Amino acid sequence: MKLDPNIPEGPLPQKWDNHKFDIKLVNPANRRKYNIIVVGSGLAGGAAAATLGELGYNVSCFCYQDSPRRAHSIAAQGGINAAKNYQNDGDSIYRLFYDTIKGGDFRSREANVYRLAQLSVNIIDQCAAQGVPFAREYGGLLANRSFGGAQVSRTFYARGQTGQQLLLGAYSALSRQIGLGQVKMYNRHEMLDLVLIDGHAKGIITRNLVTGEISKHTADAVILATGGFGNAFFLSTNAQGCNVTAAYRAYKRGAGFANPCFTQIHPTCIPQHGDQQSKLTLMSESLRNDGRVWVPKRKEDCPKDPRDIPEGDRDYYLERKYPSFGNLAPRDISSRSAKEVCDEGRGVGPGTRGVYLDFSDAIKRLGRHVIEERYGNLFDMYESITGENAYERPMRIYPALHYTMGGLWVDYNLMSNIPGLFVLGEANFSDHGANRLGASALMQGLADGYFVISHTVANYLAEVGAGSYDPADTAFAQTEAQVRNQIDHLLSIKGARSPRSFHQELGKILWEHCGMARSKESLKTALELIPALRKEFWEDVRVVGQAKDFNQELERAGRVADFLEFAEMMCHDALDRDESCGAHFRTEHQTEEGEAKRNDKKYAYVAVWEYQGEDQPPKLHKEPLSYEEVDFATRSYK
Amino acid sequence: MKLTLKIWRQANTEDQGRFISYSVDDVSSDSSFLEMLDLLNEQLVAKGEEPVAFDHDCREGICGMCSLRINGLAHGPERATTVCQLHMRSFQDGDTITIEPWRAAPFPVVKDLVVDRSSFDAIIQSGGFITARTGSAQDANSILVPKCDADTAMDAAACIGCGACVAACKNASAMLFVAAKAAHLNTLPQGQAEKDRRVLKMVSTMDEAGFGNCTNYGECEAVCPKEISLDFIAKLNRDYGKASIKAFLSGSDE
Ligand SMILES: Cc1cc2nc3c(=O)[nH]c(=O)nc-3n(C[C@H](O)[C@H](O)[C@H](O)COP(=O)(O)OP(=O)(O)OC[C@H]3O[C@@H](n4cnc5c(N)ncnc54)[C@H](O)[C@@H]3O)c2cc1C
Ligand code: FES
Repeated sequence: MKLDPNIPEGPLPQKWDNHKFDIKLVNPANRRKYNIIVVGSGLAGGAAAATLGELGYNVSCFCYQDSPRRAHSIAAQGGINAAKNYQNDGDSIYRLFYDTIKGGDFRSREANVYRLAQLSVNIIDQCAAQGVPFAREYGGLLANRSFGGAQVSRTFYARGQTGQQLLLGAYSALSRQIGLGQVKMYNRHEMLDLVLIDGHAKGIITRNLVTGEISKHTADAVILATGGFGNAFFLSTNAQGCNVTAAYRAYKRGAGFANPCFTQIHPTCIPQHGDQQSKLTLMSESLRNDGRVWVPKRKEDCPKDPRDIPEGDRDYYLERKYPSFGNLAPRDISSRSAKEVCDEGRGVGPGTRGVYLDFSDAIKRLGRHVIEERYGNLFDMYESITGENAYERPMRIYPALHYTMGGLWVDYNLMSNIPGLFVLGEANFSDHGANRLGASALMQGLADGYFVISHTVANYLAEVGAGSYDPADTAFAQTEAQVRNQIDHLLSIKGARSPRSFHQELGKILWEHCGMARSKESLKTALELIPALRKEFWEDVRVVGQAKDFNQELERAGRVADFLEFAEMMCHDALDRDESCGAHFRTEHQTEEGEAKRNDKKYAYVAVWEYQGEDQPPKLHKEPLSYEEVDFATRSYK
Repeated sequence: MKLTLKIWRQANTEDQGRFISYSVDDVSSDSSFLEMLDLLNEQLVAKGEEPVAFDHDCREGICGMCSLRINGLAHGPERATTVCQLHMRSFQDGDTITIEPWRAAPFPVVKDLVVDRSSFDAIIQSGGFITARTGSAQDANSILVPKCDADTAMDAAACIGCGACVAACKNASAMLFVAAKAAHLNTLPQGQAEKDRRVLKMVSTMDEAGFGNCTNYGECEAVCPKEISLDFIAKLNRDYGKASIKAFLSGSDE
């Protein structure tokens, strides 16, 4: 596997400009001769399809929902970062770049991150022009807030619905192109395989989720913007349909998968109510600005009404362990601390996996109306889900899987090691290293989709030229046949267990053994349990219904089959990375205070996995990370 | 909880469809409505029967995918709540619950409880946007937007495009949906250049798709999970009136 990151020459701030000048262009009259497939209509895919359509390429865009407007980006609440420095508080491109590298615990690629920080500025301009109703000050200027412990106010937001508004912006631009006939939209279509011709990506195979029809789509280049794989854990904050299928099947065709073990856990989610739970709901992190996190000091107090537990019997463990950051300690630290106290038996609520987030002091200090103004919608949401009133008794929260930093490996052009296959947004690995900062995923999706891909895809297209493939090539029919076979196979097993029950079991294995804290031992256990479960799946799964029909069981079965293979790669990656960094916490590697201990000498690399065939362990390749501009530093949140 | 469910089953668009009764046991009152349906489906799968098809994705009230009529009400009994955010504690042990898809001619049933809402996309494609080519924008702070306008635009933009408004309306009118999108863009300074064209195009596409007229029943507002206000319909009527007169005077057929 060849892994050349293709980082342009020159000083960091000039790399992107130099590169844009050096790479090839496709002239406007020729663009209509090229077909481009975009899989995904979230911020990354929607922005890319709209922009490429505008430029004059023939674009086909795919999503599994009934409308591109429903992609999972819609659910992002908090905001989007940009180095505008509108607040005059010392922000700059360099600072955003540095914060992102440091937040990623020095496991991301410097040049990509710098470009992301540069482009952040253009994103806000673009979105405002499209009519995204960002929050404003009375004078009409854009408002900002500080997010996730950042020391500057660089987060732009639209109430608690930033993702929705940004996505509707991209969707409206995309809709305009669909109306003009530049983009052909395929709703309710799922990509099930990638087609390669002479090693280049030249098409995909899809299943029409309404009719069950399998068809091939050909193109000069294929762009995947299919989101993250958090649902491998069954319970996560992701939408129900989020999957790894598109990325995983590209991996099976030879694309490298980078850092699959870098998964982020969000500390403030509503705890699980029981076994019927299908997803976990995120509560904005901003709550930690005013809420105090605690559990009872003694196990015996846990079942009590929290209001009857006196101050002296409460353990405000974040304030105790991290006096300077307290309740605002970073995501991974707060999450792990919650797990620790619950493991000690001091968790609260049904299932005893929960900690209190208490607003009573803030209400005393500021008055209930202030808290209502700041968090009213979140308190309402909490009440509608749990039936409890958080103004009167403390909220219960627990960490949940939220975001995946790992993804398909890409170079500086966002092209994978398969020529012609580009990967954008959460589906790639490129910018967040071992941990993502709050409000940076939306930024990355839009930077990739609006501002990077239009340049870099042109470079590839100009190189291969129009008519770069034969639409009648046998590779299409062959791949299509393989997809059909897998579907027939799934339907023919007629076992006893539902796809969902396998998914649930896989989720438990991953959460237990490859979740917030991992060890050699736990990972080895997972690597025994997962193949056994997979074997059982292929012997005993029961997929009811037909292939040629609207069949949600079949959809789920296909996704679970991929998660079952993918999960194993994730555990291999976590096992190989014998250090703690960012969100990847190996219990063997911690400081005396229980903080992650990196090993830069041995592990300053991107781990890239190559598929080796069924039931074979994947092969590890390494892209070394070298830092020209910044020095390795250890974070301290004491 | 133990419940009896009367669920609409329809194999495909052509099929006539019918109600079938099911019973589910052991439903936790902490479960969401959709988790209750998951449970039913698991029970059906265990018996080798086809589960009930229904649309859903985010399960947090924002994607607009879920779309069920429960006991005759779009999104069920709770105000300002999508089905996915509805919880079983809103029901009693022993209840019989009727579950149907959205019923409106422009939203044909795909299967069971799933409908086709592509007519909404068509409306947006015809004019629900501000033309702003990627890369052509000036600095975001060079356009001042008074806070009250930004807030109004956001109130309108909160629409999740679920279609409950259409499903609740006797006339299957899409006016609240169209009005919300038009008001979002028409309220902002960035949206002024295309304002007239936008409302004319969106309204004519809405009519072509077969949505009915608005006769001010107000059911749409009552079921809207995002509480989009009827005032936006009044605004749309004003904007549409002005645009039509201007088009008439200029002799343009747009
Ligand atoms: C609850 C929540 C809150 C968040 N809040 C924030 C926040 O405040 N700030 C922030 O920066 N980030 C936030 N994030 C993260 C951020 O929302 C996501 O990382 C980002 O939106 C991902 O965008 P995307 O375009 O890469 O993918 P997505 O939006 O997930 O889109 C994926 C697209 O791919 C399609 N697709 C997937 N698989 C297939 C397939 N096999 N075939 C065809 N189509 C397929 C889907 O239909 C969809 O259109 C949040 C995430 C969650 C879960
Ligand atoms: S499933 Fe997304 S709004 Fe209900």
